[in-house]
Amino acid sequence: MTAQAPGAMEVGFRAKRASGRKLLVPYVTGGLTGWQLAVRAAAAAGADAIEIGIPFSDPVMDGPIIQQASQRALEGGATPVSILREVRDLDVSVPLAVMTYYNTVHHAGPERFAAQLVAAGIAAAIVPDLPLEEAAPWCTAADAARVETVMLAAPTAPDDRLPRIAARARGFVYSVGLLGVTGERARLAASATALAARLKAITDVPVLVGVGVSNEAQAYEATRVADGVVMGASVVRRLMEAGPEAVGDYVAQVRAALDAH
Amino acid sequence: MDQLLRTYAGRPSIITECGNLGRELGIRLLLKREDLNHTGSHKINNVLGQALLAKRMGKHRLVAETGAGQHGVATATAAALMSMECKVYMGAVDVTRQALNVFRMKLLGAQVEAVESGSRTLKDAVNEAMRDWVATVETTHYCLGSVMGPHPYPWMVREFHRVVGEEARAQCIELLGDVPDVAVACVGGGSNAIGLFSGFVDDRTRLVGVEPAGGAAVGRGVPGVVHGMRSFLLQDEYGQVQEAHSISAGLDYPGVGPEHSHLASIGRAEYPNVTDSEVIDAFQLLARTEGIITALESAHALAWIVRAAPELAGRNVLMNLSGRGDKDVAQMMDVLGK
Ligand SMILES: Cc1ncc(COP(=O)(O)O)c(C=O)c1O
Repeated sequence: MTAQAPGAMEVGFRAKRASGRKLLVPYVTGGLTGWQLAVRAAAAAGADAIEIGIPFSDPVMDGPIIQQASQRALEGGATPVSILREVRDLDVSVPLAVMTYYNTVHHAGPERFAAQLVAAGIAAAIVPDLPLEEAAPWCTAADAARVETVMLAAPTAPDDRLPRIAARARGFVYSVGLLGVTGERARLAASATALAARLKAITDVPVLVGVGVSNEAQAYEATRVADGVVMGASVVRRLMEAGPEAVGDYVAQVRAALDAH
Repeated sequence: MDQLLRTYAGRPSIITECGNLGRELGIRLLLKREDLNHTGSHKINNVLGQALLAKRMGKHRLVAETGAGQHGVATATAAALMSMECKVYMGAVDVTRQALNVFRMKLLGAQVEAVESGSRTLKDAVNEAMRDWVATVETTHYCLGSVMGPHPYPWMVREFHRVVGEEARAQCIELLGDVPDVAVACVGGGSNAIGLFSGFVDDRTRLVGVEPAGGAAVGRGVPGVVHGMRSFLLQDEYGQVQEAHSISAGLDYPGVGPEHSHLASIGRAEYPNVTDSEVIDAFQLLARTEGIITALESAHALAWIVRAAPELAGRNVLMNLSGRGDKDVAQMMDVLGK
């Protein structure tokens, strides 16, 4: 818990929230065919930040769609280094976050990985299999490099854990929408708004719901309580099935739904 | 728990002295007969403990991963005994090569799901069991099958297998008047090995954990984090987990329990590896000389003993015979072309 001033992504999110805007963060698996075009399309269609997945061989938090995307990207030769190199050419105006699993960080070493992110112009990192209790080596390195580390809160987290998660979170708190893995669901789980409300009650760090937010209606519903949403599987499925333009169209649709608040 | 181990699992397991093979190898060879436990391997020790805990926590469903199917069978057995639901995840490759155990699990009332992702072996079965568990944690306990995964599993599973080492120590002292010179076990995740080692870790006994050449996490891995633990792990230059390749489904895993990494790092235990062909020879050797058909996993331990016999001459060698080989007979019929 440090008194570090908020980073660029968090400052931007707080300002947008203050102006009444709901935040939209689409996720795109790096290394998939067309992924850079998809990121640009999402930015142009009204995303407030974009989460770029660095694929890992064993994505235990992910359901079938993002598993398949990760496997395709890895089979296509994607590596953390190749993806971060391609990030430099993106030239988009919204902040970029990477999402990866802790072994990617551990293998490079926290300081080196943080430096690689900074060199690529990445603002933030999401590492879902890094629990609070083990987060110090990475968070210390990330804070020093001014990479914002988004912390995840699970629906099962007890009340006394949430303030500790929020205190450690930079950028936003990732309010996990359900018990389970990423993937599209027919309905928004009741736990999505319940956890977001618990978090909103104890922190003024922006609270975004992710995992299981599957379409514009669910995004609207989640943001009745939350400050924004992270949308993964529904974006990645469109990229794999229909290409980058479909991602742009979809993000525009969600944007319009969120702007109706 | 003690009562279940005695009256259901059949503990204590005996020690068998291999007179014929010992003479051939020039050593005194003792086998700790975990293959004689109910369900045919050491796995039942851990499973009965975890199933009792799950009941105590009010959970009515067990999920498990399995490689060789022995842990899946043990979990399905405990679920049947304790009237719990059971789902076992098994790599599609292993579903084929351990078909007998798939049928046993189904007979016991478990649902078996073939995992088609990744290498379609044990690592991917663990991934899938974890994905199930995060979605069902309110009703479900993940009955993890080795000394791996997030805390408290490596510790808890070791404690449930400690009985192997404690019994073996007392049995050796009765038989030899001393602890053995060497204690040997195969290592996949490392549960049968750590169970055996925990009886001797404070003694002078040399501890040897035998890995498969194609899945030698201690021998060829570097520290990594996967499945909630930091331990030696086979991985590429970017930290992607590599696939293991072993004839034995139960050892086909690119990681190893963290306590083994610790024992290796402080030099208390050593972790050589053996090839599939050495294992096939050892499997046949034990059958021919002692009338015991071993699991392919346990045959790794014997394969190392055979290789190391010249340097072990005259020593007392205790090996954990972690499981029986019925499940492997069909696969060996193919391998041996008979
Ligand atoms: C008979 C037997 N021995 C050993 C193992 C490997 O597990 P561990 O290394 O945890 O003992 C298995 C796993 O399936 C097994 O069935």
